[in-house]
Amino acid sequence: MELLSNLALGFQTVISPQNLLYCFLGTMIGTLIGVLPGIGPVQTIAILLPTTFALPPVSALIMLAGIYYGAQYGGSTTSILVNVPGEASSVVTCLDGYQMALQGRAGAALTVSALGSFVAGSFAALLIAILAIPLSELAFKFGPAEYFSLMVFGLIGSIVFASGSPMKAIGMIVLGLLFGVVGTDITSGTQRFSLGIPELADGIGFVPLAMGLFGISQIINSLEQKEKREILKTKIFGFWLNKKDLKEVAPAVARGTLTGSLLGILPGGGGILSSFISYMLEKKVSHNPESFGKGNICGVASPESANNAGAQTSFIPLLTLGIPTNVVMAMMAGAMMIHGIQPGPRVISSNPELFWGVIVSMWVGNLMLVILNLPLIGIWVKLLTVPYRVLYPAILLFCCIGIYSVNNNIFDIWLTAILGFLGYLFIKLECEPAPLILGFVLGPMMEENLRRGMLLSRGDPSIFITRPLSLAFLLMAFAMLIIIAVPAIRRRREDAFGQEREELPKK
Amino acid sequence: MQISNHKDFNAGLLFILLGISTTVLARSYPIGTAAKMGPGYFPFILGFMLTVLGFVISLKSLSKGRGERKRALIRFRPVVFVLSSIGLFGLLLLPLGLLLSTLLLILISSMASDEFKMKVAILNAFVLLIVVLIIFVYFLQFQIPVLPAFLGGRT
Repeated sequence: MELLSNLALGFQTVISPQNLLYCFLGTMIGTLIGVLPGIGPVQTIAILLPTTFALPPVSALIMLAGIYYGAQYGGSTTSILVNVPGEASSVVTCLDGYQMALQGRAGAALTVSALGSFVAGSFAALLIAILAIPLSELAFKFGPAEYFSLMVFGLIGSIVFASGSPMKAIGMIVLGLLFGVVGTDITSGTQRFSLGIPELADGIGFVPLAMGLFGISQIINSLEQKEKREILKTKIFGFWLNKKDLKEVAPAVARGTLTGSLLGILPGGGGILSSFISYMLEKKVSHNPESFGKGNICGVASPESANNAGAQTSFIPLLTLGIPTNVVMAMMAGAMMIHGIQPGPRVISSNPELFWGVIVSMWVGNLMLVILNLPLIGIWVKLLTVPYRVLYPAILLFCCIGIYSVNNNIFDIWLTAILGFLGYLFIKLECEPAPLILGFVLGPMMEENLRRGMLLSRGDPSIFITRPLSLAFLLMAFAMLIIIAVPAIRRRREDAFGQEREELPKK
Repeated sequence: MQISNHKDFNAGLLFILLGISTTVLARSYPIGTAAKMGPGYFPFILGFMLTVLGFVISLKSLSKGRGERKRALIRFRPVVFVLSSIGLFGLLLLPLGLLLSTLLLILISSMASDEFKMKVAILNAFVLLIVVLIIFVYFLQFQIPVLPAFLGGRT
């Protein structure tokens, strides 16, 4: 059994005291920032990237992954207790979770979300382990044309389910690709768009870009809004589920897990989309759909399982094909590259302990979360009383020190401030920064594959449509563009997002 | 004709501006041929795409009749204090060292909040100073000057 020996290797890696510690740290930090509204996994990973620089790559990735799925746990706690999503992917959990809390069943809601997440997380980790090798073998058959088309597919796919104007999202992708071009051209050695600034010869750094667009700009934007939180005053009790609950919840968890696992693999998927879709699905298959939004336990179980499953299976395209499909995965790709590892099919063979270690760590981390989270609820609730005005200067400080430490370079701090302002403009103009980061990460690879493909075909662009796999990717990308463009479908897509959001109280 | 969606219109303008400047810059690099692309080829195409997208977005935001639907409001206090605190940190880190620049960063950035209180900010700054010293200097051993240069401040 190759799979078993691989998993054994993973266990060996994770079980070392150092990696266990970083797994624990990651999941705890993740839960912490998940609990706090206004700061999510994307910002946190951006902020902590430089700190992981000093660690060995395996520990760094284990910790960063822990932050991502830990945040899904923490986010639901805030949703249930405060009726404010602690984190974007637990927006729907507010609907039924808070209602359950009002009915005195906060304990049950918290247990269901923790157990559902654990089941989903374990299943997703197993799925990654099973799919990884065949997918990466497939990737080895890819030529430059296939890679280029796959990236087009991935980029277009990432905006299909995003909210907001698709035209602007495409613009942001293009802008991201352009940001990726800045610096020295590998083939010719020409300095491109470096504007005579020597620090830009190596290109725009991933850390300043990520921190500027997601850290700094978010802080400025949050400061414009009044902060309002009402924490449930009642004591939380009754963590145990009764038989009737269990019978109801089990199939909902299973449905959520499957939906989430599937959506996580697709481009643009991940935690947020998974939770929305699974909530809608749950409402559709339910015997009494009118009880949703009034404290139906399935309305908590399914999306909570789905967001965790989706968060984890979105590692599949990154680790096997080298294509990040959402922002957090772009961050992980950035982290790998900082450590000198090129994400893609070669990771499994060249760094097996890293690959299997990260996968097994997800299971271990989920276990830690289940064991530690419920007893720690009290502490998390206390944390919610820390006001944002004390929190954000600390975040800024960590950003600044972190940025400087990556290259011991003052220029990067200024670059972050500039990009932070740009990110703030983007928020004001309702341009989502996520597609930009994806474009930025994929930009250099895309250009290289385009160049190589065209060189092979002696300048004939038909190479992209005569190779069957490449054609398939392009056709799928095209189909998705049509889905976005057709007004009827578009309206329904906006409804789907709009409806659930309107049911929520204003933040 | 009126602008019905200012956010879209301005976003379009931003794309046009960035798109045109990249195409112009890209043309100063060798473009090459399709088979042997030069360094200017890829950015030139992208710049062109961005410009076209910008035009489409801006034009779509124009409509007859009703105007003034969505307008971006910018509040200056957070922007100015947050960005200047970062810029100043960059400027002062090497000459003044980590301790003083941290203090200034926290104080100035705290002023970005509407609920700014000097006492809270100072307390926050001192707590964070200790945290920074423990995490970054003691544990992670980052190569950052701690004390001001005139006090002989290399770590």
